[in-house]
Amino acid sequence: MSSAVDKSKVPWWVSNLIVPLVNLTLALLVSALFIFIAGENPYQAIKLIIYGSFGYIEGFAYTLYYTTNFIFTGLAFAVAFHCRLFNIGGEGQAYLGGLGVFLVAINFSFLPVPIVWILSIAGAFIFGAAWAFIPAYLQAKRGSHIVITTIMFNFIASSLMVYLLVDVIRDMKQMGPHTVALPKELWLPNFKDFAALFGIKIRYSPLNASFLLAIAASFFVWFLVWKTKWGYEMRAVGHNTQAAIYAGISPYKNIIIAMLISGGLAGLLSINEILGVHHKIVSGFPAGYGFTGIAVALMGRNHPIGIFPAAFLFGILYQGGSEVTFDMPNITRYMFVAVQGVIILFSGALENLFRPQIESFFVNRLNTKVKA
Amino acid sequence: MVSPILQLTNISKSFGHVQANKNINLTINKGTIHGIIGENGAGKSTLMSIVYGLYQADSGTIKVNEKEIKLKSPRDSIENGIGMVHQHFMLVENFTVLENIVLGFEGEVVFGKNLEKAKIDLKNLCETYNLNVDLDSVISDLSVGFRQRVEILKSLYRGAEVFILDEPTGVLTPQEVDELFKILRSLKEEGKTIVLITHKLNEIMDLTSEVSVMRQGEIVGHTKTETTNREKLAEMMVGRSVLLRINKSKTKRGDVAFRVENLTVKDDLDVTRVKNINLEIHAGEILGLAGVTGNGQTELLEALSGIRKVESGEIFLNGEKISDSSELLNPRELKEKGLAHIPEDRQRMGLVTDFKASENLIFGYHDQEPYSKSSIMNENKILDYSKRVMEEYDVRPRSPHLMTSNFSGGNQQKLILSRELNENPKILLIGQPTRGVDIGAIEFIHQRLIDMRDKGAAILLVSVELEEILSLSDRIAVMFDGMIVGERVNEDVTDRELGLLMAGVA
Repeated sequence: MSSAVDKSKVPWWVSNLIVPLVNLTLALLVSALFIFIAGENPYQAIKLIIYGSFGYIEGFAYTLYYTTNFIFTGLAFAVAFHCRLFNIGGEGQAYLGGLGVFLVAINFSFLPVPIVWILSIAGAFIFGAAWAFIPAYLQAKRGSHIVITTIMFNFIASSLMVYLLVDVIRDMKQMGPHTVALPKELWLPNFKDFAALFGIKIRYSPLNASFLLAIAASFFVWFLVWKTKWGYEMRAVGHNTQAAIYAGISPYKNIIIAMLISGGLAGLLSINEILGVHHKIVSGFPAGYGFTGIAVALMGRNHPIGIFPAAFLFGILYQGGSEVTFDMPNITRYMFVAVQGVIILFSGALENLFRPQIESFFVNRLNTKVKA
Repeated sequence: MVSPILQLTNISKSFGHVQANKNINLTINKGTIHGIIGENGAGKSTLMSIVYGLYQADSGTIKVNEKEIKLKSPRDSIENGIGMVHQHFMLVENFTVLENIVLGFEGEVVFGKNLEKAKIDLKNLCETYNLNVDLDSVISDLSVGFRQRVEILKSLYRGAEVFILDEPTGVLTPQEVDELFKILRSLKEEGKTIVLITHKLNEIMDLTSEVSVMRQGEIVGHTKTETTNREKLAEMMVGRSVLLRINKSKTKRGDVAFRVENLTVKDDLDVTRVKNINLEIHAGEILGLAGVTGNGQTELLEALSGIRKVESGEIFLNGEKISDSSELLNPRELKEKGLAHIPEDRQRMGLVTDFKASENLIFGYHDQEPYSKSSIMNENKILDYSKRVMEEYDVRPRSPHLMTSNFSGGNQQKLILSRELNENPKILLIGQPTRGVDIGAIEFIHQRLIDMRDKGAAILLVSVELEEILSLSDRIAVMFDGMIVGERVNEDVTDRELGLLMAGVA
């Protein structure tokens, strides 16, 4: 109460651009300190990150490949969050989504390829949504907290998939816990093929047509949340459940809808990973993208327009980070997990650390301008 | 001898483009109860927040006991003997009264001697001022009235000489208000000074010796209370003359539009709050439901509007049975049948404060044409409609895109009223229609209700303000302990009779 900043007077670009940028800069400074303590030159490390993620075309393609995954999981978290549901289960929902993609693609491979793709997308969405349904139901009807249940369902998903990959759907000619590969014609067009169309020869990178699906999903989420009745009702339930009941909006229904869409979006990650990259289910393919998606969504303020740059930023970190660990022996992969952690810390938990100061600074400046 | 304890000179404060206080000059004399009255948004709370050190003034000086001081934080004000009782209490719910009061002033790391001493001091204070607070009870167990006393006690303990009370009666029952006024008078007798911020004229006339009127950020008059009256004050507040009693013609009663038979309702804790109630409301009639807060009115309203489950009994709308214990009718379906409900606690239940104004203006009607079609919202239509009703109901500022939380309390209310009344409902359930609404708006709301009645709507008016019930209703029913204990035609009833019914003694 003692901070006298009137929220309505803060220009949007201050709270949505300046504040995140300041937080990000601080996070990078702290990360630089880590790198320095580890005995490497932070300046060189940053140069490597930038070179690794932008400096050559395959590197940039890798960055966009990671970005694709983060968009899906970030959107997934954001949709649920608009209904004030903290869906931590993106990891498990994405894993199950993979099962959906594989089963659909392998069983319908006799159909024309574009139709198989569309059915696979539906499969990914439905399996991811189904995995989110149980926690959603438990939250809506029984009040079991969604954070607890979704986190448990990540473990269950992991165990279930290991069981299936070892005992049920494993490629029996192999030792590894993965399925047989999908027929080659079902693989999503790779960026390499796309470049070849224009006569540009590049090396392989995992970037594929799923990136376009991620963009489409961003539009879908924007439209759903802000332009439709469902989004309106979800937000009403999220902000004020009591008022929603007064207006005849069912909290139960909306909790379930929000979680189904959220789980479905997380499931789409497997389109990128399975139709686009691995072409089979490999054990542990969600690889933490589900969790990082939470940070992406929070950093992007749960809006597709914010999620895209946030996902891109994490894409840069993933790709540039692997470049750094390759070239700098003192920096391990875990170092970059720490860097991510610092970014999450500054843009999530400490998000309001400097917000009041920055906002009042700009509000005061604008005021003096008006008076002058 | 009259000596000033608090002097404000040329205080100005603006938030962005809005000038909340303009060159305020105010002198408050020691040992008086000084009223500051004004409509919502007149700048009363801002001014007092400056005095309490929550905001810093852009210009001007503050003197306490004729000594100029700088107030940078509430701590400075407390040190200068200024205490504040906020509209929303600043108490830790799961701490005891004692723990709340010493919070920040413990003076020792391990509780022991100081705490014991504090306890003795506080007991003495309680006795002197008749506060009657049990120091060991936990705040969450206390009623609103007692929580307020804890706030007063807290200020006393910290050595306050000047007490600022911001709309202290807004959350109290009539009995609690009486108790509070007694306490305030005894504070005054002990030489303390009280600044009472309110928009209720009765309170000013009852309690204060001097009054200052604020309008649009300025003080428009100071006067001795004994030399003024309610009408004059109201006129100063609003800047034009106001009808305090509404003119209404005799009702043209139609058929029974709404009927409740043997209705029983339980609250969330499974306590029966509405006991076998029967009600009938005719078209073109306002039925006033009087009663002290907490006698089942809230649960009744919620059950009638489809929010709360009906335990037993039946509800009929134009002869059609709409609800019984076997199923809960959806509030939205009721709206389609022409029943509108304006809930008592509007900010909590009637609005989503994180929505834009335009989004709240269609809340509950959002899936009807033209606001949405095949589940897609039609933003242009919503915006046109929002602009129109905001104009018609004088909602300020007229910005449909502004977050609802950025509107003042009174204007948030207008958003809800305009939304529900604009649909021209056949049946209107309305709880505390003017709670937290300023005088100019009260007149407007009352006139609207009468207009709707004249157009043939059946209105159930639930209010704890007896005056409101008397000035609007055609018939009056009194609710006590979950039952209707009496029903009268307005013309044949006296305040005294209603008061006795409300107290459950008649």
